[in-house]
Amino acid sequence: MTSLDLLSPGTRARLVSIGGERAFRCRLMELGLLPGTALRLVRKADLGGVLELEVRGCRLTVRHLEARSLAVVPLEG
Amino acid sequence: MSTLPPTRAGRRTRIALAGNPNTGKTTLFNRLTGLSAKVGNYPGVTVESEIGTLRLASAGEVELADVPGTYSLSARSAEEVLAIAAICGLPPLAPPDLVLLVVDATALTRNLYLALQVIETGTPVVIALNMWDMLASVGVEIDAAALARELGVPVVPISAQHGQGLDELRLALDRALAEPASARPDQRLVSESPLLREDIASAAAALPEDWRVEDPRRRDALALWALLSLDEHDELASAPKELRDVVLARRRAAADVGRELDAEIIRGRYEWIDAHAPRFLRTRAQVATSRTDQLDRVLLHPVFGFAAFLLAMGLVFQSLFSWADPAIGAIENAIGWFKALVVASLPEGLIADFVGDALIEGVGSVVVFLPQIVLLFLFIGLMEDSGYMARVAFLMDRLMKAIGLHGRAFVPMMSGFACAVPAILATRTMERQRDRMLTMLVVPLMTCSARLPVYALLIAALFPPSELFGFVPVQGLLMVGMYLFSTLVALAVAAVLGRTLFKGSSMPLLLEMPPYRRPDLRSVAAMVWRKSRVFLTEAGTVILACTVVMWGLLSFPRDAQGEARFDARASELAQAGASDEQLAELENERAAAALRHSLGGRLGRGIEPAIEPLGFDWKIGIGLLGAFAAREVFVSTMGVVYGMGGEVDDQTTGLRQRIQQESRDDGAPVYTPLVGLALMVFFALACQCMSTIAVVKRETRGWRWPVFLFVYTGALAWLCAFAVYQGGLALGLG
Repeated sequence: MTSLDLLSPGTRARLVSIGGERAFRCRLMELGLLPGTALRLVRKADLGGVLELEVRGCRLTVRHLEARSLAVVPLEG
Repeated sequence: MSTLPPTRAGRRTRIALAGNPNTGKTTLFNRLTGLSAKVGNYPGVTVESEIGTLRLASAGEVELADVPGTYSLSARSAEEVLAIAAICGLPPLAPPDLVLLVVDATALTRNLYLALQVIETGTPVVIALNMWDMLASVGVEIDAAALARELGVPVVPISAQHGQGLDELRLALDRALAEPASARPDQRLVSESPLLREDIASAAAALPEDWRVEDPRRRDALALWALLSLDEHDELASAPKELRDVVLARRRAAADVGRELDAEIIRGRYEWIDAHAPRFLRTRAQVATSRTDQLDRVLLHPVFGFAAFLLAMGLVFQSLFSWADPAIGAIENAIGWFKALVVASLPEGLIADFVGDALIEGVGSVVVFLPQIVLLFLFIGLMEDSGYMARVAFLMDRLMKAIGLHGRAFVPMMSGFACAVPAILATRTMERQRDRMLTMLVVPLMTCSARLPVYALLIAALFPPSELFGFVPVQGLLMVGMYLFSTLVALAVAAVLGRTLFKGSSMPLLLEMPPYRRPDLRSVAAMVWRKSRVFLTEAGTVILACTVVMWGLLSFPRDAQGEARFDARASELAQAGASDEQLAELENERAAAALRHSLGGRLGRGIEPAIEPLGFDWKIGIGLLGAFAAREVFVSTMGVVYGMGGEVDDQTTGLRQRIQQESRDDGAPVYTPLVGLALMVFFALACQCMSTIAVVKRETRGWRWPVFLFVYTGALAWLCAFAVYQGGLALGLG
């Protein structure tokens, strides 16, 4: 198990848990990223400090800082 | 402005148009209503919503209200609060007769979350399955009939952009209005655990009676909504305290036994979606790299992405400041021509003065901003519609965060370069009150287009064209310098306020990156049209009123004796065969004497002690007073003050010369470059704009923050102008 910010771009993973404050957790879950959901890290913006993920066919961005509180398990392939 | 009556009795049938952001909702709205839509006010909520008329075969004319896009019914931003109030029908709004829910077919499962929530409320729903034509490109197949069966509501595949499926949609709306039961599932779709049912029952018992909770399904839906939405600090000011207390207590009690209410509620809906999806959704093999990916590789690139961004911003500014020029000139000419025409047809005297100088000039000073406002909204519309705006937030987030602002503050800040009024309205998309207040309080510091005429006048009059190092034009440099100065001050103020008054963290950035799409020009144009109309009516009425008041202050009371003396001297001069120049000189003197006598003149002299340390005299004081209504009024007021008549703009060489020649009693010039600089610094920082104050008051629902804004910017302006002037004198630059 690792955290989302440590994945390398292109990796698929399954979300295990979300940390951080309630408003953030709720919004992530309502956008379809619940524990157990599969995701793909699309890219990291070196300058922006932001990560882009693909969840349920949609693209979301989260900050590096908050990505640290998302625990994930990388998926094979 | 049309107003929606709050009660159901005696009003037209209303359909609320709802959906996730970026689903083509607004395009569909424009398709269905044409340009007939008006910006209306929801009573009591004081937030505009666009309302159009939709013609249906049997229901006749019905109202279609465009609700702000939202991912869920749990409100966090001010805009979402309105969406929820409009969809659920929370007081003072009545529930709509029908919800037309736009669903992006290419992101179906995510969009179905909101659909489930809306269907739960028991209001009849028709789903428009938009982007139907793009399914193949994302490798997805949807069985619309099966989806309708599972959800228990009509589903119509459409393409809003290409106008496909709209007749079928109108038919479905008509049928659902005639038979509401056909647009409602027979039973609740999502079932809850017994534990969660207890939480729902307890929240339902605390719901206020005026939320129309007779229907048990609606009561449960609102209870679920409360459990998910209410928090210690949220934007839902209207939720009663008892309900909030119950929700907080249930959440705490659940947490004590290791349950997370939010996760249970949200998971319930997604589990339903995932369990039922195989019956209507088939995903084929992933398509190869999409166009969006290819574009993002460049546009989000750490180097090329920023270059592209700077280029885009450069284009926006270039258009705002040079492309808009011909249009502005044409409008000014047209107003001048119209004024001459009207004034010539009126008998000379007070009425002609009033109509010409106060009314026509007053309206003109607002209309002149229209080209820039239109261009700005056009660019914002194009950036939003194409999907680029989300990338901008992505690129700017680190910079904004370092200052303590939210990534979403960038768009309002940029809009502030045109006009603070729409910029403040643009803060509604922010989810946290702290982020929103902080942005609202610094946006008025951005150099808006109303400051331009003032800078242009002062720079042209006081700084002769010359080059620094032989090639950098000093005048242009000063202009750019003023922009930089105001932006840096705005960022510094945000950093200070964010660490003092608005302590706390900003909302974590969580954005959707919509795929790039070709902007729909029809809906962008319709948006520009509506926003411009709001600007003209909102800012227009205030500025016009202020111009009229300023005109009155500068024209009354009249000095009958003084006038008589000037009349006598004029006829003496005329008899002595004086030149036109001498006569004109006398007229100037007469105007100056009248001004000194007027109420405005007395006010100007009254505030002189306060502005003397900044190097300003009482005549500039009058201009400053006038500019507190609206900055651009400064130029026309100075025209009146110096007896040039109201027909001056920054291009009038006469006013420039007059400013250069204006001298103090001891013969020293009033306007030195140093005074000009101090004056520009004052203008850069002071919130001299009634419309901004009015809009902040409306958005914050009180006088506290507008007063704070006015006082802090005024104090900052005075201090900085003081530092510039006195510092300059000390350095021997006076």
